[in-house]
Amino acid sequence: MIKPTDQQTFLLEVEGLGVSFDGFKAVDDFNFYMDRGQVHVIIGPNGAGKTTVLDLICGRTKATSGNIRFNGKEIRGMNEHNIVRLGVGRKFQNPSIYEGLTVLENLELSHPKGRGVFSCMVFRRTEDIQKRIEEVAEEIGLLEFLETEASILSHGQKQWLEIGMLLMQDSDLVMLDEPVAGMSVRERAETVNLIKKISKNRSIVVIEHDMEFVKQIADRVTVMHLGKVIAEGSMEHVQQNPKVIEVYIGH
Amino acid sequence: MFKTLFKNRGEWIAFLATIILLAVILPLVMPIFRLNLIGKYLTYGFVAVGLVLLWGRCGVLSLGQGVFFGLGGYCMAMFLKLEASDPESTAIQSTPGIPDFMDWNQLTELPAFWVPFKSFPFTVLAVIAVPTLVAFVIGWALFQRRVGGVYFAIITQAIALILSLGIDGNQGWTGGRNGITDLRTLLGWDIRSESAQYILYFVNLILLFGCVLVSKYVTNTRIGRVLVAIRDREDRVRFSGYNVAVMRAVTFAIAAMFAGIGGAMFVLQVGFMSPSLIGIVPSIEMVIFCAVGGRLSVIGAVFGAIIVNLGKTTFSEASPELWLYLMGGTFIAVVMFFPKGLAGLMEKLFSLKAVKAGFASLGSKMKGLVSKSDAKAEEETSSTTPLETPTTNSGK
Repeated sequence: MIKPTDQQTFLLEVEGLGVSFDGFKAVDDFNFYMDRGQVHVIIGPNGAGKTTVLDLICGRTKATSGNIRFNGKEIRGMNEHNIVRLGVGRKFQNPSIYEGLTVLENLELSHPKGRGVFSCMVFRRTEDIQKRIEEVAEEIGLLEFLETEASILSHGQKQWLEIGMLLMQDSDLVMLDEPVAGMSVRERAETVNLIKKISKNRSIVVIEHDMEFVKQIADRVTVMHLGKVIAEGSMEHVQQNPKVIEVYIGH
Repeated sequence: MFKTLFKNRGEWIAFLATIILLAVILPLVMPIFRLNLIGKYLTYGFVAVGLVLLWGRCGVLSLGQGVFFGLGGYCMAMFLKLEASDPESTAIQSTPGIPDFMDWNQLTELPAFWVPFKSFPFTVLAVIAVPTLVAFVIGWALFQRRVGGVYFAIITQAIALILSLGIDGNQGWTGGRNGITDLRTLLGWDIRSESAQYILYFVNLILLFGCVLVSKYVTNTRIGRVLVAIRDREDRVRFSGYNVAVMRAVTFAIAAMFAGIGGAMFVLQVGFMSPSLIGIVPSIEMVIFCAVGGRLSVIGAVFGAIIVNLGKTTFSEASPELWLYLMGGTFIAVVMFFPKGLAGLMEKLFSLKAVKAGFASLGSKMKGLVSKSDAKAEEETSSTTPLETPTTNSGK
């Protein structure tokens, strides 16, 4: 038997992905491969279909064609919660957290234990879970705010909390939709650090407009325009691509 | 466990006060006829408590809880009817030993689905299992397809109509519009006697408080937080890895189970069941009980059921037409001005601070009584404080 050691297994493989809304092709023949431990940024002008791609991967929107394989398993057509349980976490554009609950409860609710109806009823916050919550809270800089109701956090803190919720979920793939939108300069710098820190043992897909921010975090960049990939590679590489320059200057 | 059930002292006091009122004060001051009426109202309390979980916590409005009240009720009524239809007492029928309405409809044999209801254990199981399973299947089918909000309400309404028409139209099997009447004994025990009515009132109360505690447990553990999260941020809950459809279906099933128990207790205390108790209008009334009492408070829901029904009995004796307008008006007023219902009002009046002040003054009162020195003077000063505190607090 020959082991296929030379064959690279991707964490995420997206091939020929497409979706159309009433005949309008929002995403068309989209291909995307991701290695483990990478930060991959998707950029592109408004309406390029970036958020739609994330929606398709996490099952929020059903694709009309193509394949999505995560860890070698086809996830296209699966329900959102099952995709999440495999290890795909999704952060939304606007901070989407449980406003009425405290930071601690937000993180606790994201813990993979107690996702079923009955395990949920008998769920107890064990020491392990408490420790994990504190670890994550420290990572996202909210350790002092554990008992604070999430609704009174600042915008930046809410964004971090949502990232923290994905960390609690033990996601191998974290997808962040515009994580620094509306953040101050200092908050941006902290977010860069946070993303670098958490990317050590997981892969991250980021959608972003802010080029400075992209330069700081991206291992690889994909440029989208009108639902298609027009360039892919390192930041320097795509910046020199004439098509990319045209799209961005024309925008 | 105690902490899980009661989040603060206010909740505990409200719970205790309700028990004292319903289990001690009312049985002492009310004649059995009135107490039996309260018992009947409390059977609607089961439905309202279920609605607090389903509608208040999980944000799913069902306008068809009468269906489950009816399923539980009919299961119990079938058992009692079979017991009342023994061959001796139905000897004048052309087919003795079957319920009278079947005989009137030229049935000569007991329909197959009636046969298991000769067994009491089966009946008890059915009272609980039938509404629960029916609700789970309906809920799962609808929530899986992301049917929610007003569409879900309309579909449950339609189901209530279908069930009441179905029962109405199959007179030979169900007793039709008249329902199942003339129920006398439970395992040979005369349920119409005064002592039986007292006992049934207390059994009803124990079951109701059991349901209250179950829903408090559900509310205050992780699943309760998940339900509120589903109500407020459905999408996020899905992306936290929860199966929202199953969570909702289970909540719907729990609410239905409560309603079914309520229906069975209704039959035992009132002595009949009919389609007019489970159709569209009663189902909507049940939502009103919950809204008036406060859709976030289980204790509030119990009081909502009592108060609205008391109003109904009192006013509809005087002028039945006016009552419908009054009830509609109450519903609109509650939704517009007190979205948290009576429980919300009470909460405002007795904010935790006020309760504490009340305790403090009660404490000094006690001391005054014990020491007996200047008791009168102290009582006067302390009795004014609890009245003043709520008014200053409620403004904040």
